[in-house]
Amino acid sequence: MKPSKEELERRNIVGVGAERVTNVTSTDYPGHFPGEDHAWDLGYFRDNVTIEFHKNEPLEAEFSLIGVDASIANAFRRMMIADVPTFAIETVHMEKNTSVIQDEVLSHRLGLIPFKGGKTGFRKFMKFYKKPEDGEEHSYVDFNTIQLSLNVECTHNKKAAKNETDVTKLYNHAHVYASDIEFNPVGRQEQYFSGDNAIVPVHPDILIAKMRPGQQINCSLLMHKGVGSDHAKFSPVATASYRLMPTIKIKSPILGEDAKKFQKCFPKGVIELQTVTRKESKEEGPFKGKEGEWKAVVVDPMRDTVSRECLRHDEFKDKVELGRKRDHFIYSVESTGQWRSDEIFLEAVALFKEKAKKFEHQVINMAR
Amino acid sequence: MTVLDDGFEALLEPFYNGKKLTDPISTKEDKYQLLPAFLKVKGLVKQHIDSYNYFINQEIKDIVKANRLIKSDQEESFWLEFTDIRVGKPTRNDYSDVVSRSEVNPMECRLRDMTYAADVVVDIVYIRDRHKIRHNNVLLCRIPVMLKSAKCCLSGASNSEMEVMNECPLDPGGYFIIGGTEKVILIQEQLSKNRVIVEADEKMGVHASVTSSTHERKSKTYVILKKERITLAHNILMEPIPIVIVFKALGGLTDCEIMELVAGGDARYQDDFLINFDEATKAGVYTQQQALEYVGQRVKMGGPRGRQFGSAPRRSHAEEGLDALANIIIAHVTIQGLEFYPKAIYIAMMVRRVLMASHNPKLVDDRDFVGNKRLELAGQLLSLLFEDLFKGFVSNLKMNMENFFKKPNRTSAYDPVGPIKGQGAFITQGLNRAIQSGNWTVKRFNMNRAGVTHVLSRLSYIAALGMMTRISSQFEKTRKVSGPRALQMSQWGMLCTSDTPEGEACGLVKNLALMTHITTDVGDEAVKEWIHGVDSGAEAIENFSGTEMHTAGAYIVHLNGTPFALTHSPKRFAARFRTLRRRGWLSPFASIHINSHFSAIHIATDEGRICRPYIIVQNGRSKLKPEHLRLLQLGKASFDDFLTHGIVEYLDVNEENDTLVALYEHDIVPATTHLEIEPFTILGAVAGLIPFPHHNQSPRNTYQCAMGKQAIGAIAYNQFNRIDTLLYTLVYPQRPMVITKTIQLVHYDKLPAGQNATVVVMSYSGYDIEDALVLNKASLDRGFGRCQVFRKYTAELQSYPNGRRDRMGGVAKDEDGLVIDKHAILDEDGMAMVGERVFSGNTMLKKETPVDKGTTGIGTDRGPDDFSDASLNYKIADAAYIDKVMISTNERDHPVIKVQTRQTRRPELGDKFSSRHGQKGVVGIIVDQEDMPFADSGLVPDIIMNPHGFPSRMTVGKLFECLTGKASIVHGRPEHGFGDAFRSHPVEEMGKVLVEHGFSWEGKDYFTSGITGEPLECYIYNGPIYYQRLKHMVQDKMHSRARGPRAILTRQPTEGRSRDGGLRLGEMERDCLIAYGASQLLLERLMYSSDVTQIDICQKCGLFGYKGYCQTCKSTREVTQMNMPYAAKLLVQELVSMNVGVRLELEDTFPHEK
Repeated sequence: MKPSKEELERRNIVGVGAERVTNVTSTDYPGHFPGEDHAWDLGYFRDNVTIEFHKNEPLEAEFSLIGVDASIANAFRRMMIADVPTFAIETVHMEKNTSVIQDEVLSHRLGLIPFKGGKTGFRKFMKFYKKPEDGEEHSYVDFNTIQLSLNVECTHNKKAAKNETDVTKLYNHAHVYASDIEFNPVGRQEQYFSGDNAIVPVHPDILIAKMRPGQQINCSLLMHKGVGSDHAKFSPVATASYRLMPTIKIKSPILGEDAKKFQKCFPKGVIELQTVTRKESKEEGPFKGKEGEWKAVVVDPMRDTVSRECLRHDEFKDKVELGRKRDHFIYSVESTGQWRSDEIFLEAVALFKEKAKKFEHQVINMAR
Repeated sequence: MTVLDDGFEALLEPFYNGKKLTDPISTKEDKYQLLPAFLKVKGLVKQHIDSYNYFINQEIKDIVKANRLIKSDQEESFWLEFTDIRVGKPTRNDYSDVVSRSEVNPMECRLRDMTYAADVVVDIVYIRDRHKIRHNNVLLCRIPVMLKSAKCCLSGASNSEMEVMNECPLDPGGYFIIGGTEKVILIQEQLSKNRVIVEADEKMGVHASVTSSTHERKSKTYVILKKERITLAHNILMEPIPIVIVFKALGGLTDCEIMELVAGGDARYQDDFLINFDEATKAGVYTQQQALEYVGQRVKMGGPRGRQFGSAPRRSHAEEGLDALANIIIAHVTIQGLEFYPKAIYIAMMVRRVLMASHNPKLVDDRDFVGNKRLELAGQLLSLLFEDLFKGFVSNLKMNMENFFKKPNRTSAYDPVGPIKGQGAFITQGLNRAIQSGNWTVKRFNMNRAGVTHVLSRLSYIAALGMMTRISSQFEKTRKVSGPRALQMSQWGMLCTSDTPEGEACGLVKNLALMTHITTDVGDEAVKEWIHGVDSGAEAIENFSGTEMHTAGAYIVHLNGTPFALTHSPKRFAARFRTLRRRGWLSPFASIHINSHFSAIHIATDEGRICRPYIIVQNGRSKLKPEHLRLLQLGKASFDDFLTHGIVEYLDVNEENDTLVALYEHDIVPATTHLEIEPFTILGAVAGLIPFPHHNQSPRNTYQCAMGKQAIGAIAYNQFNRIDTLLYTLVYPQRPMVITKTIQLVHYDKLPAGQNATVVVMSYSGYDIEDALVLNKASLDRGFGRCQVFRKYTAELQSYPNGRRDRMGGVAKDEDGLVIDKHAILDEDGMAMVGERVFSGNTMLKKETPVDKGTTGIGTDRGPDDFSDASLNYKIADAAYIDKVMISTNERDHPVIKVQTRQTRRPELGDKFSSRHGQKGVVGIIVDQEDMPFADSGLVPDIIMNPHGFPSRMTVGKLFECLTGKASIVHGRPEHGFGDAFRSHPVEEMGKVLVEHGFSWEGKDYFTSGITGEPLECYIYNGPIYYQRLKHMVQDKMHSRARGPRAILTRQPTEGRSRDGGLRLGEMERDCLIAYGASQLLLERLMYSSDVTQIDICQKCGLFGYKGYCQTCKSTREVTQMNMPYAAKLLVQELVSMNVGVRLELEDTFPHEK
């Protein structure tokens, strides 16, 4: 016995109530409904999964992933945050730091600066750096360590006007910016990271420290590959998250002034005011004899922020049903700049595959 | 006048808070601007500074004037007079006189462990060879200078000048620097002096008492009503004296006049008092002479008079009595030319009060009423001390003088300059020692107080500020009385209602409210003159008889508690007085109030009264008009202008009782006399940090007041120039999202102590029970709650009497010529290198001290030339970095080396955090970002807080803070973020803003679980809440031990973390084990794991043996070995040493078969 289409649709909606979210867990697994199979089927999955991009910019991407379970969608999200490797400064050799900022704080700040550079080099050439065991020597080599340096000294600007008060004009290097960090390629790094592919900070205007004449910072910085689960500086995203596609079901029509008020309960563009057409007003039903009046129509539920404002008003409480599509995930990935935001997702998918393969191995071993 | 950048300008600026110059001003909305104007003039710690200035400029001169003349008993012609005394600017007082004496700034004193003090010079005139010799600017002593006082180099300094002196412009000042440590003289609360207090208790019955305080002495006089008889008691009298005898002794009064003076025409009081005449008759006292003899017989010998040299001839009883009555009993009513009438009036007033209280129990006074309290500040305390020391100095100087004149044939004339300098050190030392130790000893008052001064707490800016407004009570902490601890109604607006510690000092230690001012002595001459000369309605009290005084409608005008004049139109009198004060003819701090119960008008001009300003309301209209505020905004008027123009005035607690104050402008009714400037000023500086305090359960505000002082944050702008014993700073402090006006006024927004954390209120993981917090690991990675700990290590290179000195040693090397590990971070000069990482055990300063310190070094008395190691090692388990090394010399000209270490710490499990609502919690678990719940917008919390923290605590203010903060963030405008008490932004508007930006109106949003990826079934309350990191960190407390050091005496493990001590299995734990019957466990814990020792014991004699041999029995036969606690063995031996024989009888647990 197959469930009806309406039933399937109903099951696929997470209810958004005034005080509670209902029906949060998915039920499409074997044994939940008597007489229904719901076993996972590759063909069905292949046919039903769609990805649709709404926005794809280097630093921000928004796309919908439709037709997967929350666990899969969440796995992608988690991997984007914690498992996709990036490069960040890990070791700082402080040679001289006479600025007011303490060595540790300066190092911490340097670590958090995102860098970009040749992607093939990052992906193919560079490997993870293995921390030495006790007693072992550091093994910094060209394929696991990128060397950078920061050498700035604050001096008086001789050209500054006499009564200048702006410190950036009064002194040279009063502010130390991320752009002051230099990349020193070693060995084969020259091949991968030169020209446009050179390693530079994503945002050159990140303020690292402030100095006054006579102060100086000299340090060499070592950058390694790492993952976000180790330290947030290795996370390729500022944040990656998803939300479910909102649904707004108007059960009985909202007309006139109410419609205007209803529209205000949602962000711009979600609800549109349309006039009741002559045809509708002639038909038997709620619109009968209401020609020319405003009626509220849902046009773009994706824009809704699910503030539940409409449920707060008694006049709408019973006329509208809010929900979210369980298998429609609208991702929002904000890259820190090392990777393009869509690449991060693809990377996560690749990692997922890798992990799944590892897991497959385990399962086979287990079954043996 | 130079404009000072004290940060209050911004608050008065016309553009402030989005307001433009052209915007209309409403007195209703903007009258709070008087508050910054007030603080601009008065400042938060102005009471200390004012009081100190008064002492330096006025009181010190009065003291010297009172003790100006020294005459020699030996040499009749010689005398010495101090004509003037002056306090200079603070100077260096380096050991050698060669070193130029130049002005010094506080930072140098802090760093070089010096005392921030100024020279005090006197002008003297004395006789030498029958000529008057004038000698000006003779150095008398050095006196510690209060920071930011008139003599301090920081007073009136602009921001840039402050910066040059390495000083923080936001530092409140008002403290002293003694030997490099900052010391505060706390405000002391006392019962007011020279005022009559009527009380009733079981033991004494109804009694009136007065503590007379003059420069010479302090004493307490009682008038007691017991068994219907009234007596006068005083310490100097052996027994209470019947009151009529006292009146008769005062002379000039007939019985009728006495009766009139006490009872007036009131028959009830006459009846009650009549019986007292019998007492006099019974004692056979009819005349003044008899009365004086009666009193004189009962004056204790060896009183303050008799203690002096026995040279004075013995006086008759009558003289003794006369002297006691004139100078000792109620000493503050001075007697001029044996005119005792004023004193008789005073005593009669006391008697009358007692009679009234016995008729109507409601007329007794309340000790806890703030109007009956006086606050003693640094200046007054110093002046007490200085007067005592100066008197000591004078007597020492005189002794020195007499010794000189005693010599039969002198070769030179007496030159007092040298001795003055020599004896003056006595004053310097006395002052320094008192401030350093906090022991205030004033011999002439028999005063001996401990704990008057405290080290200024620099844990956070707020801690320092809170300390400056703290008031400590003289009341004993141990006594179980609730009265003094309870919140008094009259504390309104004067003392903070929330800021008091918990526990034993609860309610005894108080804090000043934001607008409180403490008066200094303004002098009663002006008032006296006015009453005598100007006002026709009042006449001197001496001109009236008792009947006249007590007729209906006659009001006695009391000046500082003493009857002074009589008027029949009290209201007009008071009104005139107030008008004069508002016009600036009388001091704004002179207060007047009418007490109709006692038909009395009280005028007060004394010091230590608590007062605060109010806006004057006349004829139902506030005197404050929009144009006044406009002038204020334009900087064309100051608070003092408003004072002299009769727009605002100061009211002390007593005068407040005569007023009707409207809280808000719309509350004004025709009878209203004053308008509150701003209601949130009932809180102090520390409680003012709490947003929405009026929505919190009150104890929560009190808890926050205690915790705000432990919050780590920015201490001062000069925090990295200071070398403090222990300094905590936050790496990235933030201004709170939701602030209050108070925060701006105390500049907490410039020196904040905390960060705005994104908080969601939900349960998570189970590691959040009992207020534990869940922290986001990524937030910590990015710097949330990161703090630094600085520690100071000091070494002084001393020199010894034999000429030897401590020295800095070099680095030690091993046989391979490599520097040993312990000295890895030392430079060639034996000092740690800046920036090096220092591990436990490393030497930071390689100080060496000579072996030979005791010999004289003369001739053969010479020790070895060796030096022993006295190096300073780093002992803390967690490594640190060397932040600074400072080399200087102190006042004794010894080199001082200070090393500062630095640790940077990220929050870890068990570290303590707190919001601003008394909600503290420790970190229970640190969770990866991907496991955290996230909102639709991608928002991930920094902190997850368990909702169980709310229902029982009722900290609604925290919920409001969260909502308000969220609204100001999404709206991007700061004006929403105000959470002042009684004038906060309405939360309904916050809801509106949230809805506009697509959030739920109530602050609860849809979240998705980061672990399952499914939506959470509840909407989660979320938003920014300001979190403080508190100083309690796991790293400083974590401790465990398996084996380790033991105490020498008992051989038991040492106690405490610092000594790597063991964990005690205490009495109660022991009880549990006994009850459970776990005897072997007990044996193990209490003996084997502790101080087990194996001893030889002789079974024959029961005494200890040694190496299997018993000395007593001279035999090895019966000697056996056993285990026992070393402490028990010690006890036995100690008992033996005091001749108590102890013998141990042994028995086998499992006896041998014989």
